[in-house]
Order: sequence, then C-alpha cells, then structure tokens
Amino acid sequence: MSGPTAILLENIVFGYNPRKPVLRVSKLAVQAGKRVFLYGPSGSGKTTLLGIITGVLKPQSGACTVLGKEMTKMSAPARDRHRGEEMGYIFQSFNLIPYLTVRQNVALPCQIHKRRRQHIVARSVNKEVERLVTRLGLESHIDHNVKKLSTGQQQRVAIARAVIGRPSLVIADEPTSALDTDRRSEFMDLLFEVCDEAQATLVFVSHDRSLMERFDEHLALTDITQASAPITELNQVPA
Amino acid sequence: MTILRLAFQSLRSRMFTTGLTIFSIALSVLLLVGVDRIRRGTQVGFEGTLSQTDLVVGARGGSLPLLLYAVFHIGTANNDISYASYEHFANHPAVLWTIPLSMGDSHRGFRVVATDDNFYEHYRYRGDHSVQVAEGRRPEGIFEAALGSTVAEQLHYHLGQQIILSHGLEGSFLKHTADPYTVVGILAHTATPVDRAIYITLWGDEAMHLGWQNGAPPLVETPESQIHKSDLHIKTISAFLLRTKSRMSTLFLQREINTYKAEPLTAIIPAFTLEDLWTVLSAADVALSLVSGAVLVVGLLVMLTALYTALNERRREIAILRTLGLHVRQIFGLFILESTLISALGAALGLAGAYALLFAVRNPVENQYGIPLAMVGLSARVGYYMIAVVGAGALLGFIPAIRAYRNALVDGLNAG
Repeated sequence: MSGPTAILLENIVFGYNPRKPVLRVSKLAVQAGKRVFLYGPSGSGKTTLLGIITGVLKPQSGACTVLGKEMTKMSAPARDRHRGEEMGYIFQSFNLIPYLTVRQNVALPCQIHKRRRQHIVARSVNKEVERLVTRLGLESHIDHNVKKLSTGQQQRVAIARAVIGRPSLVIADEPTSALDTDRRSEFMDLLFEVCDEAQATLVFVSHDRSLMERFDEHLALTDITQASAPITELNQVPA
Repeated sequence: MTILRLAFQSLRSRMFTTGLTIFSIALSVLLLVGVDRIRRGTQVGFEGTLSQTDLVVGARGGSLPLLLYAVFHIGTANNDISYASYEHFANHPAVLWTIPLSMGDSHRGFRVVATDDNFYEHYRYRGDHSVQVAEGRRPEGIFEAALGSTVAEQLHYHLGQQIILSHGLEGSFLKHTADPYTVVGILAHTATPVDRAIYITLWGDEAMHLGWQNGAPPLVETPESQIHKSDLHIKTISAFLLRTKSRMSTLFLQREINTYKAEPLTAIIPAFTLEDLWTVLSAADVALSLVSGAVLVVGLLVMLTALYTALNERRREIAILRTLGLHVRQIFGLFILESTLISALGAALGLAGAYALLFAVRNPVENQYGIPLAMVGLSARVGYYMIAVVGAGALLGFIPAIRAYRNALVDGLNAG
C-alpha cells in the first residue's frame, strides 16, 4: 500500500550545540501506513532523529514534514500539540506515569488532546480504554497502579496509550529490548495488530535485526545519517 | 484541568512527604492565625464586657489596674474609696447612674462582688445586653448571694445553698465561717466576667467584716442572727462605674473626679484604657507573629526541599509527558501547581486548625484566667496571611519548576 508521505526529512542538520552538528540527514521518506524498521548501533543518533521527527528537537536547517506539517516552521507549542495529537510514542521501558493507574495512563492522550478524544472507537474514553486494555490482555489490571505490573505488561500498557485515539504515526524506540524472547514476539504481534486497527504508520527503532523481516521497509540509520563529526564524538551524544 | 489532576495525583503518590510538608505549613499558619485571632478575640471579649459606662472610678492609682480589677476581676484594688465620695458623685447633676462595686472576698476561687440594685438595672455589656436573673431573684438581704452562671455550673450550686466566703482571694485561711450566705439567685449566662463572680449586697460585704480592724478579724465573729441592716454603715467601696447624662460632659467630669479635693480618686474612660492595654500587648503580638512567620519560612523551605529532591526521579515522567504533547511551559505549570496546591492545602488546614483551637481553648482560658475570648470571624489580616502563604508557596515553586523546565528542554525524550 503506497500513499502519501508520512515523514519526509530533507537536508537536516542538527547539533545540540549549533556549531557542532551531530546529525545530518540528506533524505528520509516514510510512506503513510507502512511499517518501517529503523536499525542502527547505539550511538548512531537514533534518539536524536526521533527527537527531530516528533518535534521535540528543532534542526538548525533543512525541512522536516511530518503528517503534512512542516515542523521546522512551527512554534514549539504547536509542534508539541502536533506530536500529542498525531503521534504515539513507546519508550524502551518505564513508559508509564508511576502515580497513575493503568486506566489513567492509557486515557491521558485523550484527556490532553481533543483530537485524540474524537477519534476513539468506543462511545466514551473510558469504554475505549477498557476496550484497548482488554484487547491487550490486561483487563484484570486496569485499576491497578502501574508499578505493580511486570515489564512486559507495562510495555503493553504503553502500546494502548500510544494507539488510543488513533494517531497517524506510532514511534517505538527499542520497545522490546527490555523483554525476553517469548514476550518479544507476543509484543510485536500486539503492536502490529493495534497499529493496523488504528491505521497508523509505524516507525520501529531497534538494533535487533531478528525482528526485521516482519516489516515492510528497512532503513539503516548509518545510510541515512551522515555525521560531520567523527564517530568517536558521536558516541558521546546522549543516547 | 488534566494538569491539575496530574499535580494532585502526583502529590498524592508522595503522600508521606506531601503530608509532612502540608502539615508543617498548616502548623505555621495555625500559629500565625491563632496569634492574630486570639489577640482579636481577646479584644472583642474585653470590649464586649462593658458598654454604656463612661467612667470607671477608683482610688488614686494606675488606670489599667483599676480597669482590670473593677471590670474584669483581674488583680486586686490597692485602696478603697469612701462611700461618702461615692455618694457625692452618684448625686452629681451630670451623672445619669452609678454602680458601686466592693471586692476583696472570694469563694472557692470565684470573686465576690458587693453591689446594689443599680448593677442589675444599669450594667450593660455587648451593646445593650443587661444582666438577667435566670433563677430565683436578686440578693436583697444581708446574707443573700446571686451566682454567675459559670460559678453555679462549676460548683453545682443551686438555690438555697449555704456558702462560706473567704477573706481575700483563693487559698485564704480566713473564712467568714460565722456568716454563711444563702444563694437566692443564679444569673443568666453573659460570656463576660460576670459569669465568674458571686454577687452580694453592699450590706452583706459590710456585715462580713463587722468588727474587723485593719484587715484582721475580731476574736469572735458576730453571728448572722445578730446582724441587722440598721447596725451597718457602709463605709467604703472599691470602685464604681458611672454614666453621664450627656457624653459631652465625660471629660469634664473625669477632670473633676481626678482633682476631687476630699479624696484622691482616679477616673478612667474604659475604651481609652483598653487601647493602652492593646498597645502594651502589641509588642508581645509582634514577637509571636515574628516567631510564627519564621516557622512559616521553615515550612515553605521543607516544601521546597521535598519538591526539589523529587526532581531527579521525575525526569522520566517529564519525558513521558513531553511525548504526550505537553509543552515545556505546561511542565513548568505542573510544578508550580504542585507547590501551590501544597501551600493552599496547608493554609486551609492551618486556618481550620486555628479556629478549632480557638474554639477549644475558649472556655478553659475564660475559666482559668478570666480572660473573655470571643469567637471572631475572618479579618483582613488573616486574608493577607492566606494570600501570602499561597503566594509564597507558588513563588517558591518556581525554583523546582524552572529546573524541571530546563530538564525538559535538555532531556527531550532522553531522560531515564
């Protein structure tokens, strides 16, 4: 399925210190609706690249169009809103707000953003949370504090929160690296299922190439990024 | 709204430190408000005790002691005044009424006040309230007494009870055992020192001390049955209250009494003397308020420490909130809200505590020290305290909030 472009990065130059660029991307394009596997060794600038795509970081030059919006021309709050409304994000671990229950964590995007609220399938946010949590097999934990959950369960809650209100783009930053092999494939299955349901583009970052064949498209970070700095300096970039 | 809920839930998850912080702020607010309210409550209580009296007259001496013993039954009269002088001013053309008061005896810690019918007719408190007899009647005979409501309540006395009065105040071993008094009346509750006194007639006071010389009893006290009003001559009283026919003449009359040739007297205007009392006490008030203020600073610093030390553990939380689309400014707001919530809760709790305390200590203070303490509403000063506490809390919240804001900017999605 090939459709409009979900992500288009062109001639991006970024440095935490503007005089010392740590990341250059001449071109990165992701078609809407695709499952994209982005791989590269740690320190290759994965998290920096994701920061640019989500609009948390602003490149010094270049164009970054995500879901139809040119992020470099938007104000910081506008980028934040765009991210919250249109993107779901899953970290490697500790995805959840520790003082909220499973239900409260999953409902958060809908409470913060009207657009996410409008795109739910069930009749109410609460019902939608219950639907998703049940879908991910966590219904018995729905009102538990998230600290009582295992890492695998926490990652599943993170999926639910990332896809609630059907965002157009789901970004997962090494979401399986804290899981053992069994849990890993179970996690991948669930992630694919709910992303398909939400019709979201999936950008999946990992250094674990064994997961690669399940994706439509594979991108090597080393191919799309060229750093101006030598590799030793790149390694010092906060990962 | 979401931010407020987050702030609330975040605080609740750190129940222990949050609770301690709120408690320490509440405690300091309680002190601040408590000091102020007790000050105000005492003022209202004192001012409400006496109304419509233009002058209080006693023997030559300090105006504050005169007011305190004559009206509030605190301390003792150093000298008596002659009944002749009293009669002179009672019949003065500018005077509307007078209430003679003679004190010096007690019964189980309660003052005995000898007076006459004028007290029941003319004494006024809190505007236009007068002393009412709840049970029985006014004392008329020599050995009759009326009890203030607190006296009757605490000693479980009833009409017809025989009581023995002691010479001087509590603990005196000189008892007027030969002359027991009969309770013929119980006065209605007034929430003034009247409740804590026993009222007898001027004749009764004189009869008690029949045959006494220079403060020492006679070898054999005259038994009650042998004393008759006709044998008694009222020679002295302790003080008297006075109302002028026209307020305009108060100052002239005061001057006339103060320069009375026949006897050295002091006349005071009660409201002015009370003002003096508040001036004296205001130093203590300031000192206490400063201490409470220092406690408040400590409370707020405890909050700052608690919020600041939690910051490192919360970097991850901030990164998550960022991915959910919160701006750095909203992160900033979250932290400000937390400190504001803590200080607001502390302030509210402290305020409630202060009033609970005021309510609780009211009766003991009145009973123990005879200080009338009125329940008073909020004041501008309390309002300022509340605003200051919440404002300072919010302002202090800037310190962790700025740090969180910078963390959010620097960390991006990286924290963990």
